[in-house]
Amino acid sequence: MSIPLVTHSVALTKRSVRGRLRQPAVLAPSFIFPLFFAALGSASFSQLAQDPYFRENIASSFLNYAVAGAILQGVLFASTSAAGDLATDIEQGFFERLLASPITRTSIVLGRLAGSMVVGIIQVCVFLTIFTIAGARVESGPIGILGLIVASALLGLAMSALMAGLAIKSGSPEVVQGAFPLVFVLMFLSSAFFPRHYMSGWYATVADWNPMSHIVEGMQSFVNQDLQASQFLRAWLLPLGIAIISIAFALRTLSKRLAAS
Amino acid sequence: MTLSQTPSIRSYAEHGGRSSEAIAAIVKRSMLRVRRMPSAFVPSLVMPVFQLIAFSGAFGFAVTRLGIPNALDWYVPLNAIQGASFGALGVSFALINDMQTGFFDRLRMAPTRRWVMIASPMAAAIVRSAIPVAIVILVGFIGGMNVPGGIMAIVCVIIASIAVGLSAAGFALGLTFRMRNIGAATLTQFAIFFTIFLSTSQVPLAAMAGWLRSVARINPMTNVLRFARQGFLGDVTWDNSWGGLIAMAAMLVLALAFAFTGIKSYEK
Repeated sequence: MSIPLVTHSVALTKRSVRGRLRQPAVLAPSFIFPLFFAALGSASFSQLAQDPYFRENIASSFLNYAVAGAILQGVLFASTSAAGDLATDIEQGFFERLLASPITRTSIVLGRLAGSMVVGIIQVCVFLTIFTIAGARVESGPIGILGLIVASALLGLAMSALMAGLAIKSGSPEVVQGAFPLVFVLMFLSSAFFPRHYMSGWYATVADWNPMSHIVEGMQSFVNQDLQASQFLRAWLLPLGIAIISIAFALRTLSKRLAAS
Repeated sequence: MTLSQTPSIRSYAEHGGRSSEAIAAIVKRSMLRVRRMPSAFVPSLVMPVFQLIAFSGAFGFAVTRLGIPNALDWYVPLNAIQGASFGALGVSFALINDMQTGFFDRLRMAPTRRWVMIASPMAAAIVRSAIPVAIVILVGFIGGMNVPGGIMAIVCVIIASIAVGLSAAGFALGLTFRMRNIGAATLTQFAIFFTIFLSTSQVPLAAMAGWLRSVARINPMTNVLRFARQGFLGDVTWDNSWGGLIAMAAMLVLALAFAFTGIKSYEK
């Protein structure tokens, strides 16, 4: 990677993170809703944690189970919102000004993606602090916490690259926000909020095939099981694979837009 | 659409007329907006159905283990009510649009009684809410929900949906008159969301623990949901109805008072 690409990406990452943190009203839902749903789930489904299967194979409490789902939800909300900022840059002409400046083109996308990863990491740290105060604990210890943070950053990278591709292609914040229900559907049709073991029928089949189920279960295993090598494979490899494809999509969309302009 | 472009409103304004005619014209105008901007209405139609499928699919076990034969029996009334409230939210967006385009001020200058300006969007809210409620109930039947309470079960869920839809519309109007921007719709959305979810939305009171149980016990929405659900879980009885009827009446009175004081503060 060339030095200008790194320095430009770092500068745009800083701008992206500052932009996110300066809009608390936009950032707040990605903190409030996941924590609310986790609190709601743990109070509503706490009796389920008395089921022997749940205690032995899934988690020691429903709060512990809800940690990974809340992190996943927060990261997905924030990624969509970050891509919306990129679309706003295009709509308001800042993107064109970047193109007119002596800046490496790839850094425009990389800066935004790295910004999403940084916000994702901040988000996980805040969530873990709140969950720890509420009584949850990460069974796999400090390395597991690190594993969880990296998994969230990779997932944030994957989703924001996908949404950034959409933002560059459309140049419209409305289109990016319009794609959010798809993310919402993916999240609900997974084991983010309830264990797959207790689902039945077609819903269970969809959840079995949904990659989001496997990502969140990888993250859940950091929270609810002792440290194992397989946890890293599940929680890191799948988001990494999606991230590679999504970044390729975003960069290709960028080059098409540049060629068109 | 402007005042002059709406024939029935123009006729009302030019020749005078009964309040019911003005209400009918404004409801018709609201439905025209739905037809012309379906993208603004479709989410309020799709989300309750999706949530019905998602909740009954994901959390179904938590309900059926308590002896409820089909998770849809528990979630259909919830999502019908939710659909009605989000459908009603459209009145807030429409009012903001009317304020921005100046239509609302022209309506105020027309020989229209103040209560008509509250009643019209609320009537429009009922009409808009009817579609998501009907679709949720239909999906419930397709999914094999049980209706031991017979036709009274459907009547109860429709009454609850109308009451919650009207209360949500009243609250949305009151807030929109005061704030006069899109933030009013967002705040209304939050208020509806938290009121519904901090009740027995997911599981019965007996299955809840800690803070949620305490909050749900005093949340009037718990009584409304008990009223709406009773015919899907057994017979419709007075014991399961009176609490919900009082809660709905109280919510409606408060929402109407909020809307009327809102329009007064707008005129100041």
